[in-house]
Amino acid sequence: MELSLIDILLGVLKIFSFVMPVLISVALLVYMERKVLGAVQLRRGPNVVGPFGILQSFADVIKLITKENLLPSNSNKFLFIFAPMLTLLLSLIAWAVIPISSKYVIADINIGILYLFAVSSFGVYGVIIAGWASNSKYPFLGALRSAAQMISYEVSIGFVIITVLLCVGSLNLTDIVESQKNVWFAIPLFPMFIVFIISCLAETNRLPFDLPEDEATLVAGFFTEYSSISFGLFFLAEYANMILMSSLTVILFLGGWYPPIDIFPFNAVPGLFWFELKVFLILFVFLWVRATFPRYRYDQLMRLGWKIFLPLTLIWVVLTSSFLYYFEMLPQ
Amino acid sequence: MSENFKPVTLNFGPQHPAAHGVLRLLVQLDGEVVSKAEPHIGLLHRGTEKLIEHKTYTQAIPYFDRLDYVSPMCQEHAFALSVENLLDIKAPVRAQYIRVMFAEVTRILNHLLNIPAFAMDIGAATPMLWAFEEREKMLEFHEAVSGARFHAAYFRPGGVHQDLPDDLCEKMKVYFEKFPDFIDTLEELLTENRIFKQRSVDIGILSKSDAIELSCSGPVLRASGVAWDLRKSQPYDVYSDIDFDIPVGKTGDTYDRYLVRMEEMRESVKIILQCIEKIPSGPVMIEDNKITPPRRAEMKDSMEAIIHHFKLFTEGYRVPKGISYVPVEAPKGEFGAVLISDGSSKPYRCKLRAPGFAHLQALHFLSKGHQLADLPSILGSLDIVFGEVDR
Repeated sequence: MELSLIDILLGVLKIFSFVMPVLISVALLVYMERKVLGAVQLRRGPNVVGPFGILQSFADVIKLITKENLLPSNSNKFLFIFAPMLTLLLSLIAWAVIPISSKYVIADINIGILYLFAVSSFGVYGVIIAGWASNSKYPFLGALRSAAQMISYEVSIGFVIITVLLCVGSLNLTDIVESQKNVWFAIPLFPMFIVFIISCLAETNRLPFDLPEDEATLVAGFFTEYSSISFGLFFLAEYANMILMSSLTVILFLGGWYPPIDIFPFNAVPGLFWFELKVFLILFVFLWVRATFPRYRYDQLMRLGWKIFLPLTLIWVVLTSSFLYYFEMLPQ
Repeated sequence: MSENFKPVTLNFGPQHPAAHGVLRLLVQLDGEVVSKAEPHIGLLHRGTEKLIEHKTYTQAIPYFDRLDYVSPMCQEHAFALSVENLLDIKAPVRAQYIRVMFAEVTRILNHLLNIPAFAMDIGAATPMLWAFEEREKMLEFHEAVSGARFHAAYFRPGGVHQDLPDDLCEKMKVYFEKFPDFIDTLEELLTENRIFKQRSVDIGILSKSDAIELSCSGPVLRASGVAWDLRKSQPYDVYSDIDFDIPVGKTGDTYDRYLVRMEEMRESVKIILQCIEKIPSGPVMIEDNKITPPRRAEMKDSMEAIIHHFKLFTEGYRVPKGISYVPVEAPKGEFGAVLISDGSSKPYRCKLRAPGFAHLQALHFLSKGHQLADLPSILGSLDIVFGEVDR
């Protein structure tokens, strides 16, 4: 197939139409987080920059960009700068397969979920490289924890996704959403939904699983040595990942762009609205959890991953597949 | 461990978010397991003991506020009692009630900092801000009696500096009758939280005999199951007239220390309410102008009063020769000042017994074999404040 200049330009435009909203949502998510935490903790949160402090995150970004980027003298300079770029890159390219409404998706490929799984597994490399390249003990410990955490969770996330795939019969994300037109998977697969949300918290290094950056022990974990915009990139990536994982939860379990009930006032609203509302609610849960819970310890997290989630998801895979097989409900 | 592997030595602090001040720990790590934790102290050393030798007894009081800056009034209490012991005087009953009342307010203030700081070491940030809201309200009582929120300099040898403002007892009664509700809210967030329990139960266990051998005191000792409280065993001021219980733990882990502090706050509320109920009227300072300054009004027409005033504020009062140690149950444990007087108006020697110093010694013993992530929570449960450790 020949690619004309116009095709390329259109592609770039399409990519920008995803990346820019994601980055702006990151800024607003940071603002939302600070407001939610403020409300829980009897504070006001940001309220000075712009109306209701809504421009606070933009001011923070400008501050980060204009600061000096310090490179530790004993670090591996190339990897040190490369790690945050890689992390941000991975959190953005995953958006290529996310369908935000029935029509709108950059790449409607038939292995969408596999692609997402691969990209999110790569995410740990950014952390490990950052921890190693800093050549400092706190980041290094953070990186090691991150590796252990990632392995513990990816396995059970894999099984959760398999149960969904068994019900759908396709790896395409649009198909996954469309098969939920009548009933969201969060209802029949409720335990898997919970496991998935908890795993999302671990995947995005959020409290109660923010061990790689555990500030009570490791100062700031893997990005202890980072400053200026290279720190900013990690920060952006973390929040972009949060939005990504919430979108994934919505796509896999909460019926994507479908309204909660398929009756008139609801189905007249555009699907994009429903999609974003659901993502917003999941993100709120992320922040709510952060405000409420203490942090797990590294070995306790691994125990949770291997001894509770893994058997639970494994049993659920067997149950779902035998149920589908016995009642001949397997998708063709 | 094979010979090819060297343990990692981690420099924990003095600039570390969980070091509770300026503690420097040399931590030897075997993977994530702590094999040795060696505290290096002295980064906040201000020479308080030496400075007190060059100050009159009155001038020494503010130094006690700055030792454990989270519970200032309890330390003034120890100093005041020690000097009173040397002078062989006793504060008037009303002053004693005021002291007991404010010593308990201070205890709650201290625990309201320690408990959320401990929770923060475990990762829960919200209790900190909730507790600070309440602390702020309580510091207003401090301010009402002494004019200062923190460094009160309120308890003086011979009584307290000023009488309570007229409506303070009423305000305190209203506030402290409601305060247990706040403790309940705080407990809802922490006590039965599964993650909180997983992080604190069976961490840093201190047995009865170890606790005694490491000269622990206060909540740390009581959490190990030793019912030792100076307010009961050798009551000072009016503690003997007041009815309260000593909460005691079972296992002596960090969770028990947390629970003991929670219960102590409830007991303190009981004590404060009883004090408000029982407080008599009368003077708040002994009326011996050789020790306490005369009234302002009196000085307008009494030569005697002016002379006393001049002598007290230039030279200070003379304290008979002798040595005295009167410990008090400070929120962190047994606090006391050994005062040696040579008969002049300045102490010849002042040695401070700070509970935090003894507790910090126990850190290595407690954290050995635990995960690195448990180290800050053990440290938090010991309630270390560097003002008193480094002095």
